[in-house]
Amino acid sequence: MGVPRFWREQPHRYRLEGTRCTNCDRVYFPPRWVCPVCRRESVGKMERHKMDGTGTVVASTVVHDPAPGFEDQVPYAVAIIELDEGCRLTTQVSDVADPHDVVPGMRVKSAFRRIQSDGASGVIYYGTKFVPLVEQGSTPS
Amino acid sequence: MATNPAEKARHHAGREVAVIGIGQTAFGERWEASFRDLVTEAGLKAIQDANIQGEDIDAVYVGSMSTALTIGQEHVAPLVIDHAGLADFHMPATRVEGSGASGSIAFRQGVLAVRSGDADIVVVGGVEKMTDSSDAETARIVGSSMDQEWESFVGATDTAIHAMMARAHMDELGTTLDMLAQVAVKNHDHGLKNPYAQFKRPITREQVHAAPMVADPLTRLHCAPLSDGASTVVLCPLEAAESFTKKPVKVAGTGQGSDTLALHARHSLTTMAAARAAAERAYAQAGWGPDSVDVAELHDAYTVNELIALEDLGFFPRGGAGPATLEGETALGGRIPINPSGGLKARGHAVGATGLAQIAEIVSQLRNEAEGRQVKDARRGVCHNTGGTGATAVVTALEVL
Repeated sequence: MGVPRFWREQPHRYRLEGTRCTNCDRVYFPPRWVCPVCRRESVGKMERHKMDGTGTVVASTVVHDPAPGFEDQVPYAVAIIELDEGCRLTTQVSDVADPHDVVPGMRVKSAFRRIQSDGASGVIYYGTKFVPLVEQGSTPS
Repeated sequence: MATNPAEKARHHAGREVAVIGIGQTAFGERWEASFRDLVTEAGLKAIQDANIQGEDIDAVYVGSMSTALTIGQEHVAPLVIDHAGLADFHMPATRVEGSGASGSIAFRQGVLAVRSGDADIVVVGGVEKMTDSSDAETARIVGSSMDQEWESFVGATDTAIHAMMARAHMDELGTTLDMLAQVAVKNHDHGLKNPYAQFKRPITREQVHAAPMVADPLTRLHCAPLSDGASTVVLCPLEAAESFTKKPVKVAGTGQGSDTLALHARHSLTTMAAARAAAERAYAQAGWGPDSVDVAELHDAYTVNELIALEDLGFFPRGGAGPATLEGETALGGRIPINPSGGLKARGHAVGATGLAQIAEIVSQLRNEAEGRQVKDARRGVCHNTGGTGATAVVTALEVL
């Protein structure tokens, strides 16, 4: 991947910066610059909006045959997360004893992690993975 | 079923279209054959089948997913004309891309060209050469139809996305691993009877369960292979079709739909809205629906896709496709035979060629020429071809009169 292609996405990848339609108040992550609900009414009215980073697993799988560049991470959990703001994204869920523990309904929070790298001496790409969220008052299992 | 009255009027403003010729190559790991060899072989067969000459051809469409990545070659439509020996006719030649649905979109473009009166004889070819690239390159090619920034970047694979669909189908609708596995078992049984099929060996549900895991719960035997192959059809106005062939097959309807590129942005993980929209449009044009379909070819890139398609196209209610598959209702001899060719799973998935291999199979069925796998008295058939993880879908309705 060319460096500018990654660099321009850094606010979104590092800090979960999405967008908010000031016409209807819906938020989007990954970011959208046209609101699919308001469409032309949203043009020029989309603002950057940082997501809280907490959410719930909607669907999950464990990848055994990895994408190129992810060979050193198998087996790893991939999931669709619904953020508490209501939008969904695809992510890895890490920091779990067994990737099969990642199941729908599990509460998670965002974490800054190394995602992949261009070989041993190339660019290292950082971004967001999700990790288990221990809610206040609950006991870690 | 037509929701928009203008849609029907629009269809009838044009000419009716027929398929008058088909030709395909064997699908598989065709190490001896280049992209050029494959597309030329299928094209020549189709032209002979249609009894046409090069000078009869008004336009050519070529469906291919990823020639820049598979063989380092773009601009393949004139290449195809060139190697078929047709360059001196200077006909318009257009390459069409829509991931795994490229072939069906090319077919639809050909139908629209004939319908509009812009062309009388159109040749539509689909082709993919998947085994000239390394394994890592092939993985990137398959991943390139997903959302590169927000799916592939984090390590999600095409299989991982479909695995989440499978899990959601199990959780929401009661589908079991046995039901999913039976799709592969049934399609391998069908592939035994197709001379063009890549895999001609039966498998069992136990073998599907025990195969190496790709992305939980999908083992390798839930996944279609990536194949080399080509398939071609010839189109002309229905009213002229009988001057070329005794068995014209009418294109009763063609529908196409789209959706978000990434699965996570869609409203449901267990149905493909693009395919439902495409089916609704195709059925509306045809004037008939799922209850009159005798045979269908559905895009079973993964076992779960066949179950989702069976429900999206209205053959079974939501959650009904899995149990019906276990009961044998979708096998040859069953109530609605699905993928008599072996489907993507056993015939093979030569990506851009797949949609046209589906059309060729249904045309063979409707001509009563599908030896050994013929669906008795088949008069109406449907093809369902999707791209990526469901962001593009094409449904084609075919019938004999």
